[in-house]
Amino acid sequence: MNKVETALAVAAAAPVGRSLWADARRRLFANRAALLSIVVLVLMVLLIVLGPMFSPWTYDYIDFDGIWRAPPQTEGMHFFGTDQLGRDLFVRTLVGGRISLMVGIVATLVSLLIGVAYGATAGYFGGRIDGLMMRGVDILYALPFMFLVILLMVVFGRHLVLIFVAIGAINWLDMARIVRGQTLALKNREFVMAARASGVSNGRIIRRHIIPNLLGVVMVYVTLTIPQVILVESFLSFLGLGVQEPATSWGALVNEGARDMDAAPWALIFPATFLAVTLFCFNFIGDGLRDALDPKDR
Amino acid sequence: MLRLALLRFASAVPTLLLLLVLAFFMMRAAPGGPFDTERSLPPEILAKLEQAYHLDEPLWKQFARYIGGAVQGDLGPSFQYSDFTVNQLILQGLPVSLRVGLGAMVLALFVGCAAGIVAALRHNRFSDYAVMTLAMTGMSIPVFVIAPLLILLFAVTLGWLPAGGWQDGGLRDMALPVVALALPQIAILARLMRGSMIEVLNSNYIRTARAKGLATRTVILRHALRPALMPVLSYLGPASAGIITGSVVIEQIFGIPGIGRYFVQAALNRDYTLVMGVVVFYGTLIILFNFLVDMLYGVLDPRVRAE
Repeated sequence: MNKVETALAVAAAAPVGRSLWADARRRLFANRAALLSIVVLVLMVLLIVLGPMFSPWTYDYIDFDGIWRAPPQTEGMHFFGTDQLGRDLFVRTLVGGRISLMVGIVATLVSLLIGVAYGATAGYFGGRIDGLMMRGVDILYALPFMFLVILLMVVFGRHLVLIFVAIGAINWLDMARIVRGQTLALKNREFVMAARASGVSNGRIIRRHIIPNLLGVVMVYVTLTIPQVILVESFLSFLGLGVQEPATSWGALVNEGARDMDAAPWALIFPATFLAVTLFCFNFIGDGLRDALDPKDR
Repeated sequence: MLRLALLRFASAVPTLLLLLVLAFFMMRAAPGGPFDTERSLPPEILAKLEQAYHLDEPLWKQFARYIGGAVQGDLGPSFQYSDFTVNQLILQGLPVSLRVGLGAMVLALFVGCAAGIVAALRHNRFSDYAVMTLAMTGMSIPVFVIAPLLILLFAVTLGWLPAGGWQDGGLRDMALPVVALALPQIAILARLMRGSMIEVLNSNYIRTARAKGLATRTVILRHALRPALMPVLSYLGPASAGIITGSVVIEQIFGIPGIGRYFVQAALNRDYTLVMGVVVFYGTLIILFNFLVDMLYGVLDPRVRAE
């Protein structure tokens, strides 16, 4: 009965053409690792956003009578224990996650904006402009950026906006290269020629015809950039250059936890696990998206 | 070939110059100076000190002086370690950093490539999934998380290896830092190697080699390996940059007396010359490495050579 129903459903659905995106979604959801990652990531975001409401503690409440409480701590409601100042690690891990995720997403958007605009312009105009613009990217590409970012943080203090800008400024280079390559391939296609023939301006062609067709590649790249950015932010925070106390991020928490890990391993293990699981999910989704959107496999 | 070398070299010089300019002026834009102490110094002593280190000159003059020295290989005196020149500090740390860095590089290359080849040969089977899951884990866990976890496991719990420090620089001292530094690179290299190996194994000339009846071993080692290694080769530049950046953290965590540990501390203490020294030294190293990899790529890949 069930089989027949499914067969009927498939037969009914078969003649309907599938769009590129429906096709990609179907293939993405068929990828179990990616699907599981999406589920875990959604749960993670829900936990990070809503979780702190279910704890009686705040992320900056200091309790010197309750330092280094080991989990599981049900009576004090410290689900993940407390740190060296008696602050609740459950709430701190989740609040730190908010900062880490926010930095990841905002900085990726910064690099997305710069990278797509730059790459599409270089690719579309081609020739000498392209050569010049990409030579600039080559020169910047070879810079050991981590050193400059560390200097930047030392110079201008630990400002959250600065972290976005600094990290975004590194990552747009890759984006620009990818977008340029795609644009070069796209700009000689018929629909672009048709648009040009009917007198559409260059800026409008780039915005209306080139960029929408780049979305697939860009989306894959964005999913793979977010974990990289989170990694860089946590790297900075680990060095003590990221977000400022009492605010925190996963990198900062790992840094604190690593200092006293023989006495209080939970202070390291919880934030480290959250960080690793999140990065893991983003990487899997990115890989899954790339496979799903790859025309070679279709 | 010579043309390619000149072209690459021509873009390496502005990169290095840009790095120097950015690092120099960013450092100088920082509030505070190298002589800030708990008690502020009497103004006349401060003035004498600044005069001695040429800090009273206009900035462009200081920059010109610095570049002039750097070109001749003199990176100036350190402010923080007043008995040492930056050259001495870097030379002191170099053997240690080099051992750890090269160790990590060699380990990453061998293990990463081997794992990638195994995964490619067992495409879509258990060992493939196992290697790729491990690689994804390696990519998702940052160096500074792996390092404390390794210490927790091998030093604190099992007590097999020292938790840090640098006694004689032997294998026992090197094991944990080298592994921690190499793991993320192993993961990336394994994924790269697997991808390119699968592509090569699907190509026509491999089918020809197989059809001729060559042993699998010969097909892989003689025919598939060399072209499959090309993407790995081109990743060596970024890999070396990653290892050098990672060493800043690793040397701090394990208390290794190398070059990387100076960097953050020097930047916080406004030790202008030491910061610049590390940036110049590592920057040159990374740019030089990228240059060499590009050249090697040209030598090995006939398509690039022909251009």
